[in-house]
This record gives sequence, structure tokens and C-alpha cells, in this order.
Amino acid sequence: MVEQNLAFRSATISVLVENESGVLARVIGLFSGRGYNIDSLTVAPVERDRSKSRITIVTSGTEMVIEQIKAQLGRLVPVYRVQDLSKEGPHLARELALIKVVGIGDARQEALRLADAFRARVIDASTESFIFELTGATDKLDAFLDLMRPLGLAEVSRTGVAAIARGKATIE
Amino acid sequence: MDGSIKTTEIMKSGAEALLRALKDQGVDVIFGYPGGAVLPIYDAIFQQNAIRHILVRHEQAAVHAAEGYARSTGKVGVVLVTSGPGATNAVTGLVDALMDSIPIVCLTGQVPTHLIGNDAFQEADTTGITRQATKHNYLVKRSEDLSRVVHEAFHVAKTGRPGPVLIDLPKDILINPAPYAEPNNLPHRSYRPRTTPDARKVAEAVALMKRAERPIVYSGGGVINAGPEAAKLLMEFVRLTGFPCTSTLMGLGAYPASDPQFLGMLGMHGTYEANMVMHGCDVMLNMGARFDDRVTGRLNAFSPGSKKIHVDIDPSSLNKSVMVDVGIVGDATETLRALIAAWNADTQTQDREALAKWWQQIDVWRSKNSLRFTQNRDPGSIIKPQYAIERLYKATRGQAKDTYVTTEVGQHQMWAAQHFKFDKPNRWMTSGGLGTMGYGLPAAMGVQVAHPDALVIDIAGEASILMNIQEMGTLAQYRLPVKIFILNNQYMGMVRQWQELLHGNRYSESYSEALPDFVKLAESFHAVGLRAEKIEDLDKVIAEMLAVDRPVIADICVDQKENVFPMIPSGAAHNEMLLGPEHKANAGGYNGGSVTDEGLVLV
Ligand SMILES: Cc1cc2nc3c(=O)[nH]c(=O)nc-3n(C[C@H](O)[C@H](O)[C@H](O)COP(=O)(O)OP(=O)(O)OC[C@H]3O[C@@H](n4cnc5c(N)ncnc54)[C@H](O)[C@@H]3O)c2cc1C
Ligand SMILES: Cc1ncc(C[n+]2csc(CCOP(=O)(O)OP(=O)(O)O)c2C)c(N)n1
Ligand SMILES: [Mg+2]
Repeated sequence: MVEQNLAFRSATISVLVENESGVLARVIGLFSGRGYNIDSLTVAPVERDRSKSRITIVTSGTEMVIEQIKAQLGRLVPVYRVQDLSKEGPHLARELALIKVVGIGDARQEALRLADAFRARVIDASTESFIFELTGATDKLDAFLDLMRPLGLAEVSRTGVAAIARGKATIE
Repeated sequence: MDGSIKTTEIMKSGAEALLRALKDQGVDVIFGYPGGAVLPIYDAIFQQNAIRHILVRHEQAAVHAAEGYARSTGKVGVVLVTSGPGATNAVTGLVDALMDSIPIVCLTGQVPTHLIGNDAFQEADTTGITRQATKHNYLVKRSEDLSRVVHEAFHVAKTGRPGPVLIDLPKDILINPAPYAEPNNLPHRSYRPRTTPDARKVAEAVALMKRAERPIVYSGGGVINAGPEAAKLLMEFVRLTGFPCTSTLMGLGAYPASDPQFLGMLGMHGTYEANMVMHGCDVMLNMGARFDDRVTGRLNAFSPGSKKIHVDIDPSSLNKSVMVDVGIVGDATETLRALIAAWNADTQTQDREALAKWWQQIDVWRSKNSLRFTQNRDPGSIIKPQYAIERLYKATRGQAKDTYVTTEVGQHQMWAAQHFKFDKPNRWMTSGGLGTMGYGLPAAMGVQVAHPDALVIDIAGEASILMNIQEMGTLAQYRLPVKIFILNNQYMGMVRQWQELLHGNRYSESYSEALPDFVKLAESFHAVGLRAEKIEDLDKVIAEMLAVDRPVIADICVDQKENVFPMIPSGAAHNEMLLGPEHKANAGGYNGGSVTDEGLVLV
């Protein structure tokens, strides 16, 4: 009997798909129908003629489940390629967040100081609020948000993860 | 199948382009039911002769009929239904075909493109509803996509792991002129199933099998999907190796049941020998089966000591529920051919002595005769359902026609699988994965349409048959001489069996109350009705049923208390099988007559 590895791992999976209506619903339906986790999902066309889109999914599960997720994605008719970035070598993953912090006085000063330390950009300001734009790995964004919470964090909009393999190799 | 096909001509309407595409795909029959949204297609059907339309009485039946047609011919089955209720009625059939890997193209009407999303009359979000019910689906929004989509749908339905594909056709697309392009053989942009096995994996598999002392070939529906050539090669491989061979419910007929190397079906209601071999083997070759839970029983106790080789055309089948040592993605025909070549090329010799010992052990298990039952032969005795199947099987052997069997779902289905022996592929049609009551009659209809001169029998239960009984009308209209052989136990027997074994004999809502008189029912549908109440009636009724050239319902009154054995209760292991009623109380998986809690939550 082949022993199963029961440890959970996180996986960042890139899926190159035909840019047609319903393709995102197919991917999401697959995850909900089969009970897989979606920690983050992003999608946008990536070809000049908009014929293909790239979906980046961050998910987690046992090794067997993640392999199954990849195989299930590969089975979808409009899918060109499935790449497990967490497994196939080093990769970069970035997320962008727009973060609204509301406050006055010391808290406001502190928020601005921390934003500077995190290299967040101020993209909007009023006398009582800032909107920061921050790009980075998910954990960096999480850390920044934790710091902003006591300083008047009011609203967040995050893009989800976009990811790509390092070096010259491409998904195709 | 690329977007860049050359347009050859402009057709008067989308409906005509559609029919032309179907004809170019080799379609000779469509199972369908009309309605407002598909009237243009019906109009085009009226004006041509190349394609025959079979008018069913319910859209679910259209899909099952197409499944029967497809499974018995290896071709794609085609369905045509209207929008809204027509499409939703077809959903059960689509899921059935999805679970059992049956190639279907289902055409659904849709409200015109400009009304989509408006809650128009008979509008349903058909592509939304069927996204998870099909292998793939399409909504045709532009006339210039129509013929390409139809050709692509056939390609997707029949290649790789076969399955149902749906095309939603808005009415304006059907009415407006449309360009027609012939099928081309360019590869699909993104969909490219792999059929050729990796040679290194094949060599690895052969090395394992050559060293095997206690091998088994576990073959499945994938061998049927791959076509009759795969069945021939399976036989050749099993002969060459001397291995024993067992089959899933879906694979029956791929390997001849009458062959001594065949151990019968495995799994929940499989034979003792098949399951003991699976439990005790050291090398297992899974050829086109999917380690279904009905087959594996409790996963952590499934074949604990074996090296497993799994051949499947669908990469997602590998390591889905059972981790294997050698996973081979490939078509069964190609892979069997490669395995045979590699076996012959490999210089290592087999341990024939060990194999002989394994066969001795198998013969001991076989001698339990686990499918045995006791039939009292005294006149006036009640008919045992197993005996009815056995007599039916014997009678069909004595006649010249090719015999095809479909079933409904329940105990009768299992007895048919156990006691009707299939020596050829594509002769056995049953709903395995979804277990859809009401499958058998329409499926038989589709088989009979495909094989007008064959003997086609639906082995049915009295409860299941009522789920698509309206198709008796279709049989009458097209003079399809299907034989419906009802094992009438006046219970939803399979439900009653679980209630007896797992729920303390509390037969909640499983009695078939207020049944119709099936003889009169047959007559009212212009068919022949027959009934056997006692053992002395049985052979006569069977003979008469086979003799008449018309549809028949044979109502066979059988023992209401009979249960299907052997049985591996849910959550038990292969070696914890119940062999008969006497075993009930102390089998493994059971404790003190009731199943364990983990077992109880399983279906
Ligand atoms: C009441 C009831 C009781 C049941 N009891 C049993 C039982 O006791 N025993 C039993 O076996 N079943 C039983 N079943 C059926 C069971 O539920 C499954 O349907 C069945 O076991 C699946 O068969 P399979 O593994 O052969 O796979 P299928 O569902 O036939 O799937 C075929 C597999 O082959 C692959 N494939 C397709 N085409 C090819 C190709 N060209 N080449 C290679 N691979 C290919 C597919 O990807 C798939 O993985 C029962 C069903 C019901 C309703
Ligand atoms: C559409 C559908 N509904 C419910 C079930 C659950 N079910 C499985 S077998 C069965 C009873 C079938 O009774 P019958 O047709 O008389 O066959 P028997 O088991 O008595 O041979 C039921 C209700 C099912 N398989 N399909
Ligand atoms: Mg019954």
C-alpha cells in the first residue's frame, strides 16, 4: 500500500485558460462542487488579443488533494495549462491592497510612519483619512493590516494573488 | 477543431446548418421531444430523411435512450429537447451519462439571444444548470460559431474520457441564416487528451507483474469505453499472463464471464473469490476502473498488501481515492497492446509455481459458491429472483438473436449482474455511478433502435419501472419489441434490505403500495402482458415473452424477503463480507447486528 502524506500544504496554481464566458464559473464550480478550498483567486486576460486568461488560485490541502485539484483543472476543456508554482521551482507571488485608515492626531501620524516603513504609497488623503496602496506578498499585506487595525483601519480591498515562476521558463 | 475553418456555404437557417453538421458527424438517429424553442429544428427535421427522430415521452428518457444507443454501439448518442422544462428534465440523464462516461450530445433550445436573462417564457439558465452535469457545455451566441461548436461537441463527447456535452441553441440562431463548415481534423486549441501510455511506466508495470505471486486484473468500464478491440486485447493479456480477472459492474462483458480465468464481479455485491483475491493479492492491475467506493469498501483496509498499477485515460482518476505505485495515463486499447508487447519483450520469467498456488487458493474460495441460492422446485413454490434470472439467461442462450440487457436500479440489478453472464462487451447497459431508477426502459429502447433485430431485455424492479413507464408509448409507436422482465417483490427491495440489515427491520416507506396490474398496463400500451406467480409458470412465461415479436411486460412475482448476497456492508473491508442471511450478526463492520457508526453514514 502506498502511504499517503496527510500534511496540509498551501499551493499557488496558475491556470492558463481560453478567455470564454463561463470559464471562471467552471473553475469555481469545480472547487465548490468537490469541496476544495480557495484562499485566493484572481483572473484577467493576458494575451494581446484577449484570447487567453490567466487564473491564479491559492489553495491548500494534502498532497493527494492538491494533485487531484491540478488533475481536475487540467480536465476542463478550455484549460491550456496548469502550473503548480509552489512545486515547480521558485516563484514570485504578489498582491495589491487598497487600505483606508480613518483617524486624527497621533494614530494618524503613526499610520503614516508605518506606511512609509512598509513602502505603502498614499494615493488619497483627507484631513481624517488616508488610502494606502501596498503591494507585496500576502503575509506582508497581512502584517501591515494587523498594524493598521488599532490605528483606524476602516476598509480594505485586496486583489488576490498574482504569481509567476522565476527565470526564463514560461507557463506555455 | 480550430476556429479557423473555411466557410463552405451559407445555409438558409441555423437549424439546417445544425442538421447538416449532425449528418456529417454520422448521426442517424436523434431522441427528442419538441417545444417552442426548438420548433425550427423540428421543421428542418421534417424536411429531410437522413436522420431519424424518435419521439420519447419524457426528456429524461431521451437521454437514457441515447445512453443505451451509445453504450451498445460505441457511437455518440444524440438528444434534442426544448428550453426550460425540456432542459431541466434532461438533467438527470446528463449526470447519469457523466458518472458512467457515456458519450452524448444534448441539444437544448433556448430563448432568443436578446431575451436571455429576462426571465422569458420557458427560459432557464441551461448552461449554468448543466455546467457540473456535463463534460462540457456551450451556448451558441453567434451564427458563425454554430457548426464549429457542433463538431467540437462531438469530438469532446467521444474522445478522452467520454461524457455528455450540451449545446444550448437560442431560437434566433436557429432561424437566422448560418454559415456551414465541415468538420476538420485539426487538434483542439486546449483540449488534448492523452491516449498513448508512457513506455517507461509500461515497463515498470510489466516488471512488477512478472514478479507477481498473487496477481489480479481488475477491469472496468474503461475497457468498454475503449471499444471491442480493448476487450480482445484484455483476453489476450489475461491468457498470456495466466492471471485471474475480475470486473466491475460497468465492465461486465469485456472479459467473457464463461471463461475459467474470470472470477465474476467484485465489490459490494461481488463474488467471494473476487473480493478475497483483491484483498490478498500482491500485484493488482486496474485496467479502466476507478476504485469506486462500491468496489473498495473501507479504503484503509483495501487490498493492503498489494502493489497497484492503474491504467486510466483520465489523469484525475489516478490517485483520486487509492494511491497507486504505477499510474499510467492512456487508452485501454493502446496500453494493453503496449503491455502485451512489453511482457513478451521482458526476459524475466514468471514464477509459475507461485501462480499455480494462487490458483489453488482461488479454487478454495470459489468452492464457497457464494452466489448460491435455494430454490424450492415443488409446484406452487414461490420464485426466487436469482432463479428467475438464471432461467432467463438459459432461455436466451437457446435462441439465435444477439442479446442485450439493461436494468433499472436495485436488487434486481445486482441479481442480473451476478446471474446473467455476458461474454461480449456492449451487451450490458446499467446505471452504475448515479444509480438512476428509471434508466432501464428508455435505455433498452435506445438499444433496440440501434439493433432492431436483437433481443433487448430490461431487467426491472416494480418500483423502478414506474419511473419511466410512459416510454411504453414510445415502444408501441416505433414497434420496438423490448422485453421488460420485472422481478416484482412488491418492495423497493434494495431499500428494504438496508433497512433490514442496518435499521432494525423498520421498513419505512419501502413497500410498493397500490401497484398497477402490470398485465393490464402492458395491454393498455398495446404491448403483451404476462405474469408468473409460481415456479411452474416461470419457464412458460419466459418462452412466451421471447417468442412474441412485440413489446412485453413479464410480471414475475418473486420472494419478497430475498436479499442480495454476498454483501460487503458500507465501511467494511473485502474480507468482512456477509455471505448470506446466517452471517448477519457477527460479520466484521458489524457489531452486535448493527453496523458501526462510521459505516452508517456511508451510502
Ligand atoms: C445498487 C448498486 C450497487 C452497486 N454495486 C456494485 C458492486 O458490487 N460492484 C461494482 O463493481 N460496482 C457496483 N456498482 C456500480 C458502482 O457504483 C460504479 O458505477 C462502478 O463500480 C464503476 O465502475 P468502473 O470502476 O469500471 O468505472 P466507470 O464508471 O465505468 O469508469 C470508467 C473508468 O475508465 C476510464 N476510461 C474511460 N475510457 C477509457 C479508455 N478508453 N481507456 C482507459 N480508461 C478509460 C474513465 O476515466 C474511468 O475512470 C453498484 C451500483 C449500484 C447502483
Ligand atoms: C431516482 C432514484 N430514486 C431513489 C433511488 C434509491 N433506490 C435505490 S434502489 C431503490 C428501490 C428500487 O426498487 P425496485 O425497482 O422495486 O427494485 P428492487 O430493489 O426491489 O429489485 C431505491 C428507492 C434511486 N436509486 N434512484
Ligand atoms: Mg422491488
